[in-house]
Amino acid sequence: MSTRIVVDPVTRIEGHLRVEAEIKDGKIVDAYSSGTMVRGIEIILKDRDPRDAWAFTERVCGVCTTVHALASVRSVENALGIVIPPNAELIRNLMFCAQYMQDHVVHFYHLHALDWVDVVSALSADPLETSRIAQSISNWPKSSPGYFSDLKKRLSKFVESGQLGIFANGYWGHKAYKLPAEVNLIGVAHYLEALEWQKEIVKIHTIFGGKNPHPNYLVGGVPCSLNINENNAINSERLAYVAKLLDDAVNFIEQVYIPDLMAIAPYYLDWGSIGGGLTNYLSYGDLPTNGYADVANFKFPRGIVMGRDLSQVVPVDATDPEQIQECIAHSYYTYDGDQNPKHPWNGQTKLNYTGPNPPYDFLNTDKQYSWLKTPRWKGNPMEVGPLSRMLVGYASGREEYKEVVHWALKTLNAPVEALFSTLGRTAARGLETKLVAGWSREFFNSLLSNIKNGDDRTFTKDMWEPSSWPANAKGVGLTEAPRGALAHWIVIKDKLIDNYQLVVPSTWNASPRDSKGQRSAYEESLIGTPIADPENPLEILRTIHSFDPCIACAVHLYDEKGSYVHQIQTF
Amino acid sequence: MSEKDQTLYQEIREKGYSRREFLKFCGMMAALMGLETSAVGQIVKALETKKRIPILWMHFQECTCCSESFIRSSHPIVADIILDKVSLDYTETLMAAAGHQAEKSLHDTMTKYFGEYILMVEGSIPTKNEAYCTIGGKSALSILHEVAEGAKAIVAWGNCASAGCVQAANPNPTGAKPVHKVIHGKPIINVQGCPPIAEVMAGVIVHMLTFDRIPQLDKLGRPKEFYSRRVHDTCYRRPNYDAGLFVESFDDENAKKGYCLYKMGCRGPNTYNSCGVIKWNNGVSFPIQSGHPCIGCSEANFWDNGPFYKHLQSFPGFGVEKTADKIGVIVGLAAGAGIAAHAISTNILKRREIAVGKAKLEDSNK
Repeated sequence: MSTRIVVDPVTRIEGHLRVEAEIKDGKIVDAYSSGTMVRGIEIILKDRDPRDAWAFTERVCGVCTTVHALASVRSVENALGIVIPPNAELIRNLMFCAQYMQDHVVHFYHLHALDWVDVVSALSADPLETSRIAQSISNWPKSSPGYFSDLKKRLSKFVESGQLGIFANGYWGHKAYKLPAEVNLIGVAHYLEALEWQKEIVKIHTIFGGKNPHPNYLVGGVPCSLNINENNAINSERLAYVAKLLDDAVNFIEQVYIPDLMAIAPYYLDWGSIGGGLTNYLSYGDLPTNGYADVANFKFPRGIVMGRDLSQVVPVDATDPEQIQECIAHSYYTYDGDQNPKHPWNGQTKLNYTGPNPPYDFLNTDKQYSWLKTPRWKGNPMEVGPLSRMLVGYASGREEYKEVVHWALKTLNAPVEALFSTLGRTAARGLETKLVAGWSREFFNSLLSNIKNGDDRTFTKDMWEPSSWPANAKGVGLTEAPRGALAHWIVIKDKLIDNYQLVVPSTWNASPRDSKGQRSAYEESLIGTPIADPENPLEILRTIHSFDPCIACAVHLYDEKGSYVHQIQTF
Repeated sequence: MSEKDQTLYQEIREKGYSRREFLKFCGMMAALMGLETSAVGQIVKALETKKRIPILWMHFQECTCCSESFIRSSHPIVADIILDKVSLDYTETLMAAAGHQAEKSLHDTMTKYFGEYILMVEGSIPTKNEAYCTIGGKSALSILHEVAEGAKAIVAWGNCASAGCVQAANPNPTGAKPVHKVIHGKPIINVQGCPPIAEVMAGVIVHMLTFDRIPQLDKLGRPKEFYSRRVHDTCYRRPNYDAGLFVESFDDENAKKGYCLYKMGCRGPNTYNSCGVIKWNNGVSFPIQSGHPCIGCSEANFWDNGPFYKHLQSFPGFGVEKTADKIGVIVGLAAGAGIAAHAISTNILKRREIAVGKAKLEDSNK
């Protein structure tokens, strides 16, 4: 006897995603992931100025703001053969690092932590013992008994008000919560501190890009100018501001995020063998240190790990029409002519909803069931994201990757296999944040050296005017968004966009199965996940959140023949 | 907020009763309800504590940039807003509950606080096919109607909920519409921008909590407090404009001096927002200060008023700031006269814009 549960919405994610999972003997035996919202931004981009595309595509996501803008300007630069000045590359890198640090910390504390931290349990914590534990794991100054005592009082007052707001109806008391009350209280304290800190680090975007979310980018460089002898450009005050923000970020990550991750993980080591899913990992690589053309000197190396074989890295070429293709067998789209998978340069976006009319109880998962297309690399499903980046870095033989991975495994006394799991994914995100925090200072110092040496260029004018462009051109812009490999493919015709296709990280991870029935990462990772109580599927959230989804979800119950038994509705 | 939102304790005190009498009343209530004396304390606490106003924050066709902007607020900080000032009972981005537990949170508030809660909407609503955005198998359109019914007021966050934003840009494949085109008969506050400035979002909430009323709105439903001035009129680079000092190319000598970005396509002259006054992320900077022209993200249809890097004068029929190019040319000869002419023209055009805005709103209400 199996039951099917549907989670809708899975909250604490970006967007609208629905997961249906079949449960037998307390474990998930099959799963379906469905994106339930569409906007058609690729259609809207047609016939527009390619230099404007970054602003449109940046609005694909406001959580991972910046990443689509970066992929977009790179696609246009790739199409037109533009090489941006070194300072522009460094400023883009600094904005990239700021995005990672903010996004990963917000994910850990505000989107993921409540899957592991029981807020109600924190009410029974002993402030003295909490302080002792906090001081044993970190030098973070906010750790006195008085601090935790005040927090506990504030939390108690909040709970006693009877209006629990965002904490109402959580899975509090679920038996899958394992932390002692004191560690829960530390988690709540840092939930609030992280909420306050995250608004600081993004000021790096504001300084260089004018605002956050959605800072400004520019084809050919960055919009801000450097001038240490003017008060209307990036001068020494602005640079000192950036330095301070980076220092504070490194402190927060080293003294709060990483210690918390390592303090919570030991209670959940069983999750080191749950949620592994696919065995192929893709990273486009990013953070150039010697210009974007020199891929070998990216901080995040490019490549693929196949079958969890860490002894070699397989190359990936986004321009090869045979490598990356999008399949629509289970998606609400249609192609002109044959429905075979297409490389994005030849890709099409034609909406064709064939699902049930709302309101509906459940999707027809045998046919089309998602607004996401299904990308494949040479026909293989791939996982993308922090774990993929760490594995590709590790398999590339980079010392700094090996160092942090070995340190984490040793500290947790966990086997290498624990990397391929829900816990591994969550830990990888923390470890790469640690690396990125360190790299951000290198980029900043390089920027200072360049300015010192008299290079203050941030933009190249060469190909700005459309009159200088070839009649037809096509390009691809690759980046690593916090959630994984991201690419934009552009085809320019008569100075305007003729075709524009995005293949985003959550398309790789959250897509429906392909025409061969192969599952993508979310669906595959849920197989085998234990569900203690189908009415309260906390475990589904743990694994789905470990990917940091950029979409939203739903829960229904069926009997083993798939007929409807009970529905957990949102509305 | 209104009188009925006062706690019973406050009402009793205002009517001249002492705290002793209030406690006696609580004791009597406990007795009448058949409760033990230990329950008296709880009753006292419940009646003394003012309820935080419940907020239901719905997500439709959006990118979550409004939620992200909201959590960037520095005064007040967001933790203080959600713990002390309001009760954020539903927001898919932050709430602990999922699935039917999330449903419970939503329905608890919709029934318990019918007519009392504030509905905040992030995202537009697809109308071409309701299946273009569903949550829990229900369409965005049906959910919005359901939740709006018991709302005291509606806050439309950002350009999506106020004007449709990027997904409503030509050819608007999903028929994306803003809240005010779908819901009628409720006060709707359009907090424009993509996203709105964090402190503006917090400011709208604080305004309602502090002054017990919704902020005064302009003809387009935007709070005057934050949208009554053009970016152009509050821009610190404005003197460069008036003096005819323009950036001619990104990162040119003039850009490095921070001249006016008008010729790079700046939409400051057509854009009503607080960027030049409040600035972004606790006053750190704003697009123009960081070298990029304003793209006009707080105006309806700004996506179709492009391309962004083409300056307004190049558009036939735009007619805004007609004197700008002339000033650039004749500045050495007759700067004073040019500025005067420009100032007059600006005011005339501004009046015309408001009239156009009014016409648009009337049109949209049909």
